[in-house]
Amino acid sequence: MSRNEPRITPELVAEHGLKPDEYKRILDLIGREPSFTELGIFSAMWNEHCSYKSSRVHLRGLPTKAPWVIQGPGENAGVIDIGDGLAVVFKMESHNHPSYIEPYQGAATGVGGILRDVFTMGARPIACLNALSFGDPKHPKTRHLVSGVVAGVGGYGNSFGVPTVGGQVRFHTRYDGNNLVNAMAVGLADSDKIFYAAASGVGMPIVYLGSKTGRDGIHGASMASAEFGEGAEEKRPTVQVGDPFSEKLLLEACLEIMAKDCVIAIQDMGAAGLTCSAVEMGAKGDLGVTLELDKVPCREAGMTAYEMMLSESQERMLMVLKPEKEKEAEAIFRKWGLDFAIVGETTPTKRFIVKHGGAVMVDLPIKELGDEAPMYKRPFDEGKKRPVLKAESIKPPMGVADALEKLIGSPDLCSKRWVWEQYDHVILGNTVQRPGGDAAVVRVNDGPKALALTADVTPRYCEADPFEGGKQAVAEAWRNLTAVGARPLALTDNLNFGNPERPEIMGQFVGCVRGISEACKRLDFPVVSGNVSLYNETNGRAILPTPTIGGVGVLDDFTKSATLAFKAPGETILLIGETQGWLGQSLYLREVCGKEEGAPPPVDLDEERENGNFVRGLVKDGIVTAAHDLSDGGLLVALAEMAMAQGVGATLDPAPGDIPDHAHWFGEDQARYVVTVPAVHVDAVLARAQTMSVPVWRLGITGGDSLAIPNERPIAVAALRERFENWLPAYMAGEI
Amino acid sequence: MKSAVLVFPGINRERDMARTLRLVSGGEPAMVWHAETALPAGTDLVVIPGGFSYGDYLRCGAIAARAPIMDAVRAHAARGGLVLAVCNGFQIACEAGLLPGVLMRNAALKFICRDIFLKVERSDTPFTRGYNAGQVIKVPTAHGEGNYTADADTIARLEGEGRVAFRYTAPDGRLDPQWNVNGSSNAIAGILNERGNVLGLMPHPENHVEASIGSTDGRGLFAGLTQHFDKAA
Repeated sequence: MSRNEPRITPELVAEHGLKPDEYKRILDLIGREPSFTELGIFSAMWNEHCSYKSSRVHLRGLPTKAPWVIQGPGENAGVIDIGDGLAVVFKMESHNHPSYIEPYQGAATGVGGILRDVFTMGARPIACLNALSFGDPKHPKTRHLVSGVVAGVGGYGNSFGVPTVGGQVRFHTRYDGNNLVNAMAVGLADSDKIFYAAASGVGMPIVYLGSKTGRDGIHGASMASAEFGEGAEEKRPTVQVGDPFSEKLLLEACLEIMAKDCVIAIQDMGAAGLTCSAVEMGAKGDLGVTLELDKVPCREAGMTAYEMMLSESQERMLMVLKPEKEKEAEAIFRKWGLDFAIVGETTPTKRFIVKHGGAVMVDLPIKELGDEAPMYKRPFDEGKKRPVLKAESIKPPMGVADALEKLIGSPDLCSKRWVWEQYDHVILGNTVQRPGGDAAVVRVNDGPKALALTADVTPRYCEADPFEGGKQAVAEAWRNLTAVGARPLALTDNLNFGNPERPEIMGQFVGCVRGISEACKRLDFPVVSGNVSLYNETNGRAILPTPTIGGVGVLDDFTKSATLAFKAPGETILLIGETQGWLGQSLYLREVCGKEEGAPPPVDLDEERENGNFVRGLVKDGIVTAAHDLSDGGLLVALAEMAMAQGVGATLDPAPGDIPDHAHWFGEDQARYVVTVPAVHVDAVLARAQTMSVPVWRLGITGGDSLAIPNERPIAVAALRERFENWLPAYMAGEI
Repeated sequence: MKSAVLVFPGINRERDMARTLRLVSGGEPAMVWHAETALPAGTDLVVIPGGFSYGDYLRCGAIAARAPIMDAVRAHAARGGLVLAVCNGFQIACEAGLLPGVLMRNAALKFICRDIFLKVERSDTPFTRGYNAGQVIKVPTAHGEGNYTADADTIARLEGEGRVAFRYTAPDGRLDPQWNVNGSSNAIAGILNERGNVLGLMPHPENHVEASIGSTDGRGLFAGLTQHFDKAA
């Protein structure tokens, strides 16, 4: 069947990342030895990245439904209904392995890939977010990776023309050999005009759209399905090269042909390129697909079938076209200067057939290529619960003021302005709340509705207790949305872990997914899309478990969102939620005491719900002048952030005597918020809290230019701000 | 005011610009595709918006400056018609010979998106009549190559002829290198051509026209233009 292709040997099978038993599965499935191109296709479809073979069995438990969910996981992106005939299409995806090997292009194409997932479904992208994890700042590669990744994220999004409005950046030695780039895109569509991947109709033309196919990114998905050893840099040719200009043209052309009703089905070419997109469109539509590779637009001559089928060249789409619309669709693509080629058709055979140079190079059962991918119930070990640390047992090495200054200038808590100023966050003219708050707020068209968007996770909690950490990631995203006044609607999850063949890593995965599932159920916050990235591991050392949660909420009126800044002197500061003084796994413990120990704070989901609903009500009714959720660094860090935002200080009440001072100020108990209330509304707020049985404490009063804490030296807000703003620029300039 | 917004492949702030023109002037702008050879009849104002025309893979704006529509734009300017060129538009206008000088890589060698302060140097132009001379406005920038540079003679001429329309300053209007966001010569953010009918500027006044979205400081530019044409009509 194939000409001039290498012979299949056990070594060749192994080089394709297929285990002997997986290869036997192939032989049983097709009843003969595969051709070289077919082997490549199996390797592309059956690697971890594309087949979810280790994770599938566990992902089934996630809650994915709600009355407002239009499309859950399984499509290019999730879709939710926000009323007024509008739908929000969103997803988050990792581009971890490529971003380590080639930070600029790896990050750039991560952004490009997720944008395509969103506009493939008929949505115009309106915002991007990202969550970045880097190694120890002292590691010799970290600065280079931060610089390249940030430039790559910005380079792509800025040129494409979508505002990058939020996210998070963290540093930890466990990401030394595997930095994480999780990119999220959010788009807006008419809720009755969503486009899907399932082909329908026999003999329908399959059209190739976008950029030409080159030899870049071959085996990208397989590369992302293995851990790194020595010489990871040698994998650089597997990283794709991004072209945001072409993507912008592709966006405009796709939305134009969609508006003209030319499209039956459409799928972007992401991981495993032409292979994955063609197989998915056929398999989802219960149809066969025949491709004629001689018609595929190629960047260079002499590409083999194998190379074309595995290329991950960017900015490409595959579409099943309404045959009567061919001329109209082609004219639109030509206008935008893009390739448009009919490269195949749908067939009734349920076979995936690829022809090249007059020969049939591939003839495989299309459904089985996806459905019969191996699925593993890998052994897992969730490990022992860690002991709960008593705050009394942790001796404070310095005073509260000193500790705050140390924390606020630490890599994880300092301002990330150096990062987000490299992202255009104001384009499209709808950014109500810019980066730096609890959640970004982006107006929907001309309003009055707006979306609240966040990306969050606390990996050190997940490491210490995967189940609680998974719950916490969801609860924190939900809390971020709530703090700006939004109703949380749904989330996308990006699950980053190490090698799943190790039971302890699989245990982290299973525990986190159980935690996420539990929190989603209790908070009515379903998962509508997601991505799993495993094998984030180098020489046997895995990343911290990092299940990033991208949350989306809606506000009825964009002018009524709450921000975290103290607005004026003389306002009462209130704490909502219970404080026990939980220092286990806190940033205080890590940054100030130099220990990463204990159990993380437990998450009481009922409390989360009640306290959150209470805060959202206060914001909605315009009673609070500022709102901020408590997370990393605890109460005093939150107060400092509120003070620094507009330079308004506060005089704080003494810590209650029943818990140690450092636990009061820096404990990371969950389900808490700080709000400010003008004096006239305080009694009403307290009364409302009592009726709703929500715990509220008075913390102090805003005003002055410092944070005044009883029995501590005053902390000047300006000095604090300098520490907050200086660390990252100084680090990137090589001054630290 | 009849305005026409040019659309080159890779331009991405054309919608922001059109929306602002609609909001402030009340009129719907025409969107003009780069491959056209004529502007809509009766066009008062041509706007070259921001973005990354042709990906800006060559010198910024160099390809767009040679697009078919640009001959019509040059003719419009030669007749005294107004041209507003923002960000990538400013780069295109320089490459097209409508304005002198060039926009180099930002001094910090990075893309910068940030609210900055601009001093309006004069208020007696159709573009700046909505402001007072000396007024300081806050508008966002979002560019990687906005470092205005020209030879010493050109800079001297621009200054001597009062053709610097906007300058990067501190919030109180003071010149301060720290507030010169991209390292431009003489902190120049926007300039006029000799005849005063072409304005190029790097920042984005079109993104600051609503109180809930940043500020309304950018409104004056569009309100002034609208007044200019309403008076004329």
